[in-house]
Amino acid sequence: MTNSWIDLKNADVILVCGANPAENHPVSFKWITAAKDKGAKLIVVDPRFTRTAAKADTFARIRPGTDAAFFGGLINYIITNKLYHEEYIKNYTNASYLVNPGFSFKDGVFSGYDEDLKSYDYDTWTYQLQLNGEVSKDTDFNNPNCVLELMRDHYSRYTADRVSKICGMSEDSFKKIADAFCRTGKPDRSGTILYAMGLTQHTTGTQNVRAAGMVQLLLGNIGIAGGGLNALRGAANVQGSTDFGLLFNLLPGYLNMPLASKHETFSRYKDAEVAKSGYAVNKTKWFVSLLKAWWGEYATEENDFLYEFLPKLGDGYDKSGYSWVPLFEAMYADKINGLLCWGQNPVLSGPNANMTAAALTKLDWLVVSDLFETETSVFWKRPGMKPEDVRTEVFLLPAAASFEKEGSVTNSARLIQWMNKAADPPGEARPDLWIIDSLFKALKDAYSQEATAKFSEPLLKLNWDYGDDEPDPHLVAKEINGFTVTDKTQIINFTKLSDDGSTMCGNWIYSGFYPGDKKADNRAAQTDTSRDPDKLGLYPEWAYSWPLNRRIIYNRCSANAEGVPYDKRRMLVSWDGAKWVNNDVPDFSIKDVAGAIVTPDKTAKSPFIMLPEGQARFFIPDGLIKDGPLTEHYEPVESPSNNLLSGQQNNPLVKIWQSDMDKMVEPGSSKYPYIGFTCRVAEHWQTGSISRNLPWLAEMMPEMFIEISPELAARHGIENGNKVKVISPRGEVTGVAIVTNRIKPFELSPNAPEAVSMPDHYGFVGYVTGGDEDKDYSANQVTSNVYDPNTGMPEYKAFLVDIRKVG
Amino acid sequence: MATAMLVDVSRCIGCRACQVACKEWNLRHAERTQNQGSYENPPDLSAQTWTRVAFIEEAVGDEVKWQFRRVLCQHCTDAACEQVCPPKAISHRLSTAVVIDAEKCTGCKYCISACPFDVPRYNVQTNTVEKCTLCVDRISNGQIPACAKVCAPEAVMFGERSIMVAIAKMRLGKLKKRGFKDAGLYGEKELGGLGVMFLLTSSPSFYGFPEKPTVPLSVNIWQDVFKPMIAVAGGGAGLAALVSLLGSTGYKGSQRGQGSQRSQGDEGSRGDKGKKQSE
Repeated sequence: MTNSWIDLKNADVILVCGANPAENHPVSFKWITAAKDKGAKLIVVDPRFTRTAAKADTFARIRPGTDAAFFGGLINYIITNKLYHEEYIKNYTNASYLVNPGFSFKDGVFSGYDEDLKSYDYDTWTYQLQLNGEVSKDTDFNNPNCVLELMRDHYSRYTADRVSKICGMSEDSFKKIADAFCRTGKPDRSGTILYAMGLTQHTTGTQNVRAAGMVQLLLGNIGIAGGGLNALRGAANVQGSTDFGLLFNLLPGYLNMPLASKHETFSRYKDAEVAKSGYAVNKTKWFVSLLKAWWGEYATEENDFLYEFLPKLGDGYDKSGYSWVPLFEAMYADKINGLLCWGQNPVLSGPNANMTAAALTKLDWLVVSDLFETETSVFWKRPGMKPEDVRTEVFLLPAAASFEKEGSVTNSARLIQWMNKAADPPGEARPDLWIIDSLFKALKDAYSQEATAKFSEPLLKLNWDYGDDEPDPHLVAKEINGFTVTDKTQIINFTKLSDDGSTMCGNWIYSGFYPGDKKADNRAAQTDTSRDPDKLGLYPEWAYSWPLNRRIIYNRCSANAEGVPYDKRRMLVSWDGAKWVNNDVPDFSIKDVAGAIVTPDKTAKSPFIMLPEGQARFFIPDGLIKDGPLTEHYEPVESPSNNLLSGQQNNPLVKIWQSDMDKMVEPGSSKYPYIGFTCRVAEHWQTGSISRNLPWLAEMMPEMFIEISPELAARHGIENGNKVKVISPRGEVTGVAIVTNRIKPFELSPNAPEAVSMPDHYGFVGYVTGGDEDKDYSANQVTSNVYDPNTGMPEYKAFLVDIRKVG
Repeated sequence: MATAMLVDVSRCIGCRACQVACKEWNLRHAERTQNQGSYENPPDLSAQTWTRVAFIEEAVGDEVKWQFRRVLCQHCTDAACEQVCPPKAISHRLSTAVVIDAEKCTGCKYCISACPFDVPRYNVQTNTVEKCTLCVDRISNGQIPACAKVCAPEAVMFGERSIMVAIAKMRLGKLKKRGFKDAGLYGEKELGGLGVMFLLTSSPSFYGFPEKPTVPLSVNIWQDVFKPMIAVAGGGAGLAALVSLLGSTGYKGSQRGQGSQRSQGDEGSRGDKGKKQSE
């Protein structure tokens, strides 16, 4: 989230697209309802009429996989009707930058596309530079190569009429929403966009989110209270896990993993990765402090702080990297020996679940750490599998639940909150920290006793000291915050980090949350709500929001170039003529290194401090987004419709896997004519491995169900409450039909496709299970392995299926 | 101090945290349920389920509306169950909560027949009747009921009655302005004032509430005629007459499950369920 949960109360208009907060983030409705109490309008755009839609002032149905078209339509509406916040985009974005005249876009494809390699050459995705190396600009927006004019041209194809047909949304609904939301382009109005997996789980997921972000930038809604682009994360601590690099391509603090092809040495990494301008010029300090945290005294300036110990990313299986699907494809192809599976249940959560389970049989060993026996830990006895044929040795480690251990949880609002232990874990269950600490110690023992062990140094020299028996989460937290090497003094925050090896820091963006040695210094444990400047709900003494306890990032944009707030009622930062007076922690320098006050003109053109330009990007240069510097709508890989915008049916970079379990449906198939998608409900969580074992939750949603429209039900002779089967070439899933007017066909789209909605919570073990006699138990048995080329996120939210009544 | 609960259906998001919190605080068991073609479950109030949320789906032209209405004891001031209870097991506590004393309850079920809202349920195992206590054990210790405590959008609130009425009226004004012309406050005056008031966006009957709830005539007769008779004659004839009388009033079951009957989806499911049970 750029903003926070509480900040939702400050919005004038809340647009929920690709999220279902009433069901999946119900506590958010405390703040959404508070906004509505003050007259805010709630707009919900969703393929289904959800519990969130039930509370909306305006609801519009959208065909799954067409969000980029919807937002493209909004961009066109804003530019055509000149509803953008002109001063804002002039000062705070790259709208005025001139783009390389060689850049072009034709029939759905950007310049530089190589059809054989299915990749882009990014040479033309660049800015025009002057002789002095600065970017050429036209702040009057006349030059046809300036970003705003390129956008005007690019998005002119996204007319209301065409968007309506693509999205299956009436033109009237589209215009009503466009009008209501785009009014927030006025400086004293704020609009927020909430999204979740409904935008991301597509082969165009990055395009969808980017397009929503562009709408917000055009309207001047980024960096202000009640605004922002807010990702409602799918799990309580998923923000924390991405912050700590639990993604294949990232180290803690969003530092890129080194690549084997480009970053063999530390100097090469620094040349490529450390920014030449903007705040990220400090990246070496963060990186060196991280290496010091990991290898302590062994990491010295002379040995490049043991950069050589870091694994370097190769090309991955089938040159596809190391995201989820390539890993499981590699596993299925017998290329992986073992898997440590921590709080994950891939047999249900991964796409193409039958293939996932088959892939696990190719492993030599599998370790699962969880609260309950999960479908993954007993994959070898899943229905239809013969245990005697499975060679994999499986270990199930009993893990403690969140209330049975101490530590931090970081929510979507970047808020680090400390949780105390409330109860002892049962039996032999242990906290994850204990498990990994014990695993490390055992590995270290094993490696040190094995003289011939290969590449053992990175493990043997690891700086690992969190206690002898019970590891102490406070020691981990203190290392995350960072301290000086010589006297182990906690540093105040990341501005004190150094690139000479004199500081250690486990995650630079968290630095500042534990600035002293005592437990009382743990700012994540703050619970004081008495201070609430201007009643904006910033609550600076409640927990700690990274970076630097800033509640709303990019907040320089809430004031104009002169530092005068665009809206006094929602003041975040303000220049009073002599000094800055702020409600939030400013996201820019207010004092220089010498302690002198920095006047507003110095930051008037650089509110986005982490970007080298200092200004937000409508046009993303250099292929940083792989599939387009501007956004474009492509159909889901499995779609009932042709792309009405161009001859390019799918994302040009999408990869279709070719294994015998990767069967795909052709567009417009008559055998699989309906749009399937997965969803979640309030009563269950993720794959249900906890919630399906809690009887009070299970009794409310006891069985797998499948929601369809009355028209589709009639076509197949299905009555409400019948058992039905949903079928794709990958597999089948059985559930109880809920026949409801909340689901409707997308009548305006080509072929008027029907929708089939399925929760992804059910499986074959636990107090309640899915399926029919426990076969065909999970919605992911019908989903496919195609994914977004930037993120690797599978297309769970749009695929083709058939349905029939069982029995 | 007179207290009251306010349930505001315009704010309820149907997350059912109230349903779980009730079971957790009051140590009620989960029931073995089936999906009957609806989000609703358990399908009815029971000795183990003292509150539930009805999901009311309504097709309005091309549009659809979906409302969420809690079902729980209304804690009537003029409580028929209290008046009819032979062993005087039912009483008002802390002026608002209508509570059944399990020690005194003989399982005669008269309260079930008398309740205009069809709330109390018989527990076969204990031979007692059970229902929501308004978390009397919490409110007597300065806490608000468990369901109110967990409600994120403040659709369930508990506090001083006059304040609850004032909040309800302020919200009602806003709802009318937003175009909910049938919106109304239910329970301010009904049956001497309900301990659980509802702010509704449609008519009471839409949600399965009696438009004008009354203490059944039979209860008054019981109070005025039979109870004294039993006191004199020792029971038998009077009880038999009462059971017959209550049976004829038709209250039992009148509201059961009505919350979801408008849902096209749910109607079928109830039919199915009926069949399954009879099989």
